Amino acid sequence: MNRFDYTRPASVAEAVQAGTGEQVRYLAGGTNLIDLMKENVDQPTTVIDINRLPLNAIEELDGGGLRLGALVPNSDTAWDARVEQRYPLLSSAILAGASPQLRNAATNGGNLNQRTRCYYFYDVATPCNKRKPGSGCGAIGGVNRIHAILGASDQCIATHPSDMCVALAVLDAIVQVTGPEGDRAIPIADYHRLPGDEPWRDNTLRPGELVTGIDLPAEDFTKNYTYLKLRDRLSYAFALVSIAVAMRIEGSTIAEARVALGGVAHKPWRSTEAEKLLKGQQPSPQTFSAFADALLAGAVGQCKNDFKIPLARKGIVRALKQAAEATPQSQTDKRIA
Amino acid sequence: MSIAVNSATYAAMPIGRVPTKLTINGETRTRAIEPWTTLLDLLREGEDLIGTKKGCDHGQCGACTVLVDGRRINSCLKLAVTLDGADITTIEGLGQPGKLHPLQSAFCDHDAFQCGYCTPGQICSAQGLINEGKARTREEVRELMSGNLCRCGAYTNIIDAVLDVIGEQV
Ligand SMILES: Cc1cc2nc3c(=O)[nH]c(=O)nc-3n(C[C@H](O)[C@H](O)[C@H](O)COP(=O)(O)OP(=O)(O)OC[C@H]3O[C@@H](n4cnc5c(N)ncnc54)[C@H](O)[C@@H]3O)c2cc1C
Ligand code: SF4
Ligand code: FES
Ligand code: FES
Repeated sequence: MNRFDYTRPASVAEAVQAGTGEQVRYLAGGTNLIDLMKENVDQPTTVIDINRLPLNAIEELDGGGLRLGALVPNSDTAWDARVEQRYPLLSSAILAGASPQLRNAATNGGNLNQRTRCYYFYDVATPCNKRKPGSGCGAIGGVNRIHAILGASDQCIATHPSDMCVALAVLDAIVQVTGPEGDRAIPIADYHRLPGDEPWRDNTLRPGELVTGIDLPAEDFTKNYTYLKLRDRLSYAFALVSIAVAMRIEGSTIAEARVALGGVAHKPWRSTEAEKLLKGQQPSPQTFSAFADALLAGAVGQCKNDFKIPLARKGIVRALKQAAEATPQSQTDKRIA
Repeated sequence: MSIAVNSATYAAMPIGRVPTKLTINGETRTRAIEPWTTLLDLLREGEDLIGTKKGCDHGQCGACTVLVDGRRINSCLKLAVTLDGADITTIEGLGQPGKLHPLQSAFCDHDAFQCGYCTPGQICSAQGLINEGKARTREEVRELMSGNLCRCGAYTNIIDAVLDVIGEQV
């Protein structure tokens, strides 16, 4: 790990003041940043320890939503009684990720801003446009089993590894940030970005901006939902493909359905256009398959990850069935219902 | 309280470090720590508490699990200076020879290890699991112990040992 200046501001204003500069990083739980620093992937000259900032509460919002403080640990968020009762999809997705120890240290703001797990990104001996702009992409034509099938570019095919963010995408969360130019509220759909020709930019956060919280709008997806995570081993492994579904069923028809995919793109993958195919329909394998095809339109494999396309198609159909039948995937009993 | 330590401070002081107060296994001490020191390296190399093990150093195995304010974390991914004021418990703080912690006794009774390398992390993790109070069934214990790998594959007996202690406490 390189040497760096260490500061521990006590207020958000102080943190943001210190936060501008090329090689300045905010340190939250450290479960991603410290790992990247050990590998010399990230070499900040200044580390701002934000753990003492007052951003560690979950609060009620006017209108029935919740604000998740950026520094609330992932485990406390998943096990918060209000989150469990009102946003069980979010609890489920968080509990599907990492390990109990990691979730205790990992924070909501850090989870949102975690970097890709692309092997080449992590290996400074190889080319990577995300780590070193213009150096090339080792994953294209290389070992790309975990890489993107949707929204990739000819410069980067990395995926965003978070489980939590896939649920946030379905819940239409709003990311609250503050920075040198003041406060902003960013809809989750606009927070993460596709790699395009600037693959080094994971998201739309501007230099020096700090995430202060994540707002969950009032929603009623407490019955017909699921988070189905498919991976190489049943626990303590990143998703190859994951599917978050939130549905409202009125009578026997789908009044609303939202679906986001993890592990397949540089951001949680959602299409409100495709979701129209589900609205007003009876839950059925045919409807679910037609939707899966629409959501996966344009999917391309990179060779080693070709399997993800049929896996995602089947996973989407299965997850929609789980949600429609109100039998959400258990994150303890890993048998797929 | 805000603190700032910069390169100039390091240059000015032969040992430019951040004063950090830690209570480790009940004993409070203030140490001047280099900011890039992980809690794991501090415990093993600074404090001579070598019960906590380094398996991967990347959060991928759980061998370095310790309790910080009663919560289990991977000490390899935590900078020690960020823990100023914290209460840390390692395997050495849970029990001693002749006065074993119930989890340590249960691990012996159930033959829950072979080489023993993962065991301190397993036991600290199990204590964290008990503190969380979320695991009752065998399946729940399995899932919530999944952050600790055992290269020898003693999993079945580890789960038996943990279940035994949970059973005694209900
Ligand atoms: C072995 C292993 C397995 C894992 N498995 C999974 C998994 O299955 N699913 C999953 O979703 N995740 C998984 N993770 C990733 C884990 O969830 C993230 O490392 C964690 O959420 C990051 O949070 P943190 O608080 O530790 O962030 P840090 O490491 O402190 O920070 C990460 C990044 O976010 C920035 N940052 C942090 N907070 C803020 C803020 N408030 N504002 C702006 N920028 C900020 C930092 O500067 C840094 O660049 C795994 C990690 C490991 C090590
Ligand atoms: S896929 Fe992206 S992160 Fe991976 S090597 Fe290519 S440019 Fe780097
Ligand atoms: S040494 Fe910390 S998780 Fe492996
Ligand atoms: S007992 Fe050998 S690694 Fe677990």
